Parts: sequence; structure tokens; C-alpha cells
Amino acid sequence: MTAVATPDRSPRATARAWNVAGLIVTAIIALLWLVPLLWAVDTALKPEGETTKIPVTWWSDNLGFEAFRKVFTESDLVRWFLNSTVVAAGVTVLVLVTASMAAYGFARTEFRGRKVLLAVVVAGIMVPPQVLVVPLFREMLGLGLVDTYWAMILPQVAAPAMVFILKKFFDGLPRELEEAARVDGASPWRLYWQIVLPLSRPVLAAVGIFTFIFTWNNFFWPFLAVSDPDLMTIPVGLATVQSSYGLRYAQIMASAVLGGLPLLVAYVFFQRDIIRSVAHTGLSGT
Amino acid sequence: MATITTQAPAAVPVTEARPALWRRVPTGVLFTLPFLLFYAAFLIWPTISAFGLSFFNESLTGTRGELVGLRNWTEMLGDAAMWSALGNTLYFTVLSTPPLVLLGLVMALLTNRVMPLRWLWRLSFFMPFLLPASVMSLIWLWLYQPGFGLLNGALTSLGISEVGWLSDPSLAMISVVIATLWWTVGFNFLLYLAALQQIPEQLYEAASIDGAGWWQRLWSITLPMLGRTTGLVIVLQLLASLRLFDQAYLIYQGSGGPAFSARPVLEYVYDTAFTSFRFGYASAISSFFFVLIVVVSVTQLKLFPSRREDER
Repeated sequence: MTAVATPDRSPRATARAWNVAGLIVTAIIALLWLVPLLWAVDTALKPEGETTKIPVTWWSDNLGFEAFRKVFTESDLVRWFLNSTVVAAGVTVLVLVTASMAAYGFARTEFRGRKVLLAVVVAGIMVPPQVLVVPLFREMLGLGLVDTYWAMILPQVAAPAMVFILKKFFDGLPRELEEAARVDGASPWRLYWQIVLPLSRPVLAAVGIFTFIFTWNNFFWPFLAVSDPDLMTIPVGLATVQSSYGLRYAQIMASAVLGGLPLLVAYVFFQRDIIRSVAHTGLSGT
Repeated sequence: MATITTQAPAAVPVTEARPALWRRVPTGVLFTLPFLLFYAAFLIWPTISAFGLSFFNESLTGTRGELVGLRNWTEMLGDAAMWSALGNTLYFTVLSTPPLVLLGLVMALLTNRVMPLRWLWRLSFFMPFLLPASVMSLIWLWLYQPGFGLLNGALTSLGISEVGWLSDPSLAMISVVIATLWWTVGFNFLLYLAALQQIPEQLYEAASIDGAGWWQRLWSITLPMLGRTTGLVIVLQLLASLRLFDQAYLIYQGSGGPAFSARPVLEYVYDTAFTSFRFGYASAISSFFFVLIVVVSVTQLKLFPSRREDER
């Protein structure tokens, strides 16, 4: 009976079995990936005295929002959030303006040295910003910008990969519309502003979202550029939490959860755009 | 059309005889200038300056130290701490790249099929990538705690003895690898997912008609079609892993881990520059590391020449 049954199984039954197996494996990995976050939330909801219980337990009779309340009233989290917003928004706007202009210049205009400059910009994609921190810090000292928003914003605007991505997109746009407008006497600035940019909304959104996420989460450079607690961004501020809260784990986890929340909330609302932009910039960048 | 060939001096109105300076600059230069200024000030100049500084005995004060020639470089070549930090970075890269690429691929293959709750699976895989390094480090520092940490709690409840995730020098970097896998695999997952969705459906239909099963389609269509993406993901991952700093620094709170076993080379640069205040020496190390990264990048261009046509 069993020997006969095996070859008898229809392809559809096999496919069903594969689907169920795939679903189970997926669910197990997803659960493993969610557990650290759930544990952080769970810890944050416990009263301070129960976080270090042995044996480890998920349940407590006294779950509540005490730790979150303390973090909100006692820490600078709101301040850090505002700083992160200023820095990430500033960098994103400057990147969108400068990179799209440069990409248009490289894609649609002719001038002496264009090819060389483009090669220099593309080569810059290889430079890891982390190896530049020492000279960059020295430069900021020299400019008197240490401990300002500018110190965090300006260096992050030099993003050659974004110029490259935008240039590639502009290269792919049909030139007919611009030619027609040019015949009508439109200047290159109008072509850029009224024709090329409106046609490039998807790629501009991708570059903008990607830049915003990376700036928002950037740690190393803002950590060096700023030591004034009033100017710290979320990643930098949270780095000080472990030492300032000592063993108050519920509050530490509450800060961690709150610190990660803004982008997670944004993700829920802009899931499709974020996925598309990360995939797009990731695949065409570097 | 033919009129242009003779370049007749146009009848220029007197008022425009001397156009403003910015009008004589080619438009393309004006378009590229704002970016190029940022680029020159915050990327080109620091790169050159790092190499320059490496020949000076420079400290934090900002005044240029004395020229010491190659002394920083020779000191570095004999610096055991530098080599061990570089070794840590390479160890991390070798350990982290294969699982980050493979698991990203597996996650994408699993969730690219029609299945219930697909949004939930994608959300769980990708969500950690959106967390700042500090959040991720606080969470893992907490998970790795002895006794009341979740991981050791799970081990003891299974009857296995506890593991010194953060205190055992032979495990210190592996703990960083595990945390990093959790944190950033979602990025590779997304890249693979995007690539999978670009494989034409007809290929699979044709294969189904030929009676190819799921496994056969995977090996004869999916994986070959993902070849170029895999090359790209590996390169991006190698470069990202070599840049290890944030999570190692944060998980061990700047200590470098037990016996400096989890101090990557970029953290050594940081320590040298901002704890010992030796800017010149730190510049020598970062320049050396920079050369290494360029070598890796150039090698990948040679290994994956198909990408070159894109860069025209």
C-alpha cells in the first residue's frame, strides 16, 4: 500500500505540501525575527523590579506604562526626535536639490571637463565615509562648526551615489519633450524644473526616502560632530542611555522602543514606497 | 541649418556687450557646481587630507604637528593592536557575509510565493533594518545578558548551560554577527525580492508545461536569473561588513569587547584619534584601510564586468 501510494501522489498534492512547508518555515523565521522586538516591548512594560527575574518570564502581574511615562518626562527623547527631524529633513532637501541639479548637468549639458568630473563623482561612491571622520572632524573644528546642526548636515549632503542614480534615470528619459520646449525658447533651467523633475517623481521619491532613512539612523558622524546633549539625534542620544539609566532595564527598553518607533510608524504608512525606494536605490547604487 | 556654419558675429545689443560673469559660465557648470562644492569640501578634501595628515605628528589641537615622514606608517605596520583590530574586521566580514546573503535569498524565495499573511512576513524580516544602531544594540545587549537575559534564559530552560555572549573573547564577535544578521538581513531580502519580481513569468510557465517541479524551476530558472543580483548583494554586503563600527562600538559600549576581541579597525581609528588624540597616526590607519576597501571595490568591478556598461 505505502509503496504504491508514493508515486501516485499528484503534482498538485506535492505543491500543496511544499506550500505548507514553506509557510511553516517562513512563520518560524518571522517569529525568531519578531522575538527581540517583542521582548523589548515586554521588558518596557514590566515594573523595574521584575525585569531581572530568574527564571526569565514573559508575564508579570503588574504590566503597565510606567517606564514609558518616566522616559517621556525624565529624558530628552522629544528633543532628540526634533533634532533628528531637523538633520534628516535638512540633508534630504539639500541632497534632492544638489544631486538632481548635478545629475541634470551631467546628463543633459555639455561643458569642458564634464566626463572627467563625472568619473570623479562615480569614483567617490567607493569612498566609505567612515574612514574620513578624522580629517572631517578637523575640518569642522577649523570651520568652527563642531556642536552645530551644520556639522551634522553638511558632510552628509556629499552623496555621489545619489547623483549617479539620478543621472542614470535622466539618461533614460526621452529627449523629445525637452527638444520641443527648447525650440519654444525654454532655458535649461526651465527644462530641468518644468519637464525633467516632474517626470522624475518616482526616482526623486526613492532618493529622498532612502536619504532620509539613512540620515535619520546615521550614528558615527553625528556622534563625533556633536557632544552638546541639546543637539543630539535619536541614535546618538540613545547611545548615552545605557550608562545614564544604569540597571533600570524597563526604562532602557522603553527608550529603545520609542527611539525606533518613528521610522516603524512611517513604514506602516509608506510601506510600498519605502520597499520600492530601498530596493531601487540599493540595486542601482554603488 | 547651413547658416550656423559661418559663426557670424551676432548683432549683440550694447547692453549685453559685457554679459555678467555667471552668464559666461557654461550652464552645465552652474548645474553641477552646488553639488561639487559639497563634494569637494566634504569628500575629496577629507580624502586627500587624510593621506596628508598621515605624514604629520598631528594631535587634536588643530595646529599642524611636525612632519614625521613615514614614521606613522612604519609604526602602524608594526602595531599588533592595529593588526588584531583589522583581523577582527576581516573575521566579522567573513562570518557575516555568507549568512546575510543566503538568508536574504531564502527569505525572498519563501515570501515571493502566494501565501497568507505575506505582509506580516515581509514586515518582520525588514523591520529591524529601520532601527537605528543604538536601538538595535540596546535590545541585543539586553538579550545577551547573563542569567536574566532572554537567550541565556532560554538555554537554561532547555537544560543547556549559559553562554558568555558578551564576556567570552571567542564569542564576542559572533554575538555581533548574530545581532547584525537580525538587523540588516532585511536589506538583502528586499534586493532579492525586487530581483525575483523582475523574472518574467513566461519562463516559469514554459517550465511548468515541460513538467519541471518547484525544485527544478529553482535551480534552472530562479537561481541563474538571480546571478547578477547575487553578485551585487555580495559586493554591497562585503563593503558594508568591512565598515563595521556602530554595532560593535555600541554593544560593547566602546570597550572593544573582552580583551579587545570585538574591536574593529574603525573603532581602533576612533580610539586613536579621539581617546589618544593622535590624529596623524589615526589618519595613517584609516588611509591604509581606505586603500584596502578600494582594492576590494576595484576587484569586484573586475569580477562583475557586466555592471560596467551601466556606468557609462
